[in-house]
Amino acid sequence: MIGRALRQARALLSVRYAEMLEYRAELVLWMLAGSMPLILMGVWMKVAATRPLGLEPVDFARYFLVLFLVRQATVVWVIWEFQEKVLTGALSQRLLQPIDPVWNEVAKHVAERFARLPFVVVLVALFFALYPDARWVPHPWALLSGLLLTIAAFAVRFAIQYTLSMMAFWTERAGSLQSVWFHLYVLFSGMLAPLSMYPESVRTFAELTPFPYLVYVPVAATLDHPAFPVDVPRACAVMAAWGVAFVVLNRVLWRRGLRQYSGMGA
Amino acid sequence: MRRHRTPLLRLVGLFWSTSVAAEMEYRVDFVLAVLNSGFGLLTTIFGLSLVFGGGPSFAGWSWHQAMVVVGVFTILEGFTRAVLEPNLGQIVRHVQQGTLDFVLLKPVSAQLWLSTRGLSPWGFPDVVLGVGLTLWAALKSGAGAADLALAIVPLAAAVVTLYSLWFVLATTSIWFVKIYNVTQVLRTLVEAGRYPVSVYPFGHRMFFTFIVPVAFLTTVPAETLVGRGSWAWIAASVGLAALLALAARAFFRFALRFYTSASS
Repeated sequence: MIGRALRQARALLSVRYAEMLEYRAELVLWMLAGSMPLILMGVWMKVAATRPLGLEPVDFARYFLVLFLVRQATVVWVIWEFQEKVLTGALSQRLLQPIDPVWNEVAKHVAERFARLPFVVVLVALFFALYPDARWVPHPWALLSGLLLTIAAFAVRFAIQYTLSMMAFWTERAGSLQSVWFHLYVLFSGMLAPLSMYPESVRTFAELTPFPYLVYVPVAATLDHPAFPVDVPRACAVMAAWGVAFVVLNRVLWRRGLRQYSGMGA
Repeated sequence: MRRHRTPLLRLVGLFWSTSVAAEMEYRVDFVLAVLNSGFGLLTTIFGLSLVFGGGPSFAGWSWHQAMVVVGVFTILEGFTRAVLEPNLGQIVRHVQQGTLDFVLLKPVSAQLWLSTRGLSPWGFPDVVLGVGLTLWAALKSGAGAADLALAIVPLAAAVVTLYSLWFVLATTSIWFVKIYNVTQVLRTLVEAGRYPVSVYPFGHRMFFTFIVPVAFLTTVPAETLVGRGSWAWIAASVGLAALLALAARAFFRFALRFYTSASS
């Protein structure tokens, strides 16, 4: 059974990877569309230069660079495709396949990461060439935990967005929900500024939501800097809990939604 | 030969009333659009408050003056959602499906038709919030009636500049069919206009003034609104808008020569 699953995964991934390579120019544009952290980096480097924050401009350069990378590695767009499939009835064909439709979407997202990687590497090299002061070598353990937490962040973010996607069975515009959700994500994830710069009350509230785990936690773990505290084992446990909660909710909604689904051929 | 010509304004009025009527079928969406605008504005204001860090001013801008920039940005965001996205985002579809043929055959300017055919009410909450915030913050910053009147000039220039940038990018879809994400890149860069341009370091400032003219979209109108605008910057914003509008028009005509319709 495991052998079969592995074969399926390989087939899906190689097909999707080949597909993604066709759209390389588009991938570059998507990468640039995620350049907000590089803009905010400028603001915070200037803030650090004008006001004592206990952090140097170079600390912010690294924070926002790693944030850029984490965002690149955790991009999720499944809701837009799922919504389209439900509205046009294209989901019906997927339902006929002897594999849950979610795996096709997961494969697309994973394959896209690998297709995008070379461009991201070029951009980071360019960044370090332009700004040599920001160069640093992360501690191997920090790098490893940052990487694992980034993968976990991708998984949780995917689970959440795929759960929101289920709303497409009941409303024609699940995408609008995602737009509202995205503002909250920007607000509470540490994208605007390191979470440690937030007022105490806002930070306490943010930590009750999944948002900081999707951005701030992987970034802080990679940087391993005293000004960006993070409790890695605890973060892993919290992320696992959020992940399980959303997967369960997702499966419940999926079953109910399918009963509701009346696309062509269903 | 007698030709019946509908006045252009009436034509645009008809376009917009029909598209709003169509969109109004999705009323729950309107609630979401309001939430969306509200959270968007909240996020910007919160981000700016972190940058100010409780201080009275930052990079030469008082808190209320910076709020004027946020207000102008929100107005332009509403314009993007209401007009630019629903129209210019569709050009690519016309090229893909060959329906651009029908547009070119109509007895109105193709550019006008493509730019004004749709109007999405989902941009209205942003426009309302943006105008309200701009007026409130400008008055708090001590703006007089003369400042408000004068600011209409750079504001109009900003709208024309933003439209022209979008139109040029949307026109490239005649060659490159996947255009949605080029406009996404532009939207991301324009986001820099949420803050006054002087909060950025030198390199960013140069980029956002001379390469992607974000400074002319929000900072110049806001400076005029709070009574510290300079004639040189206002003149420059009008000049830039005129130049980009002409360039966009010329580029569209040039691109059409490469359009091989679906039927030929």
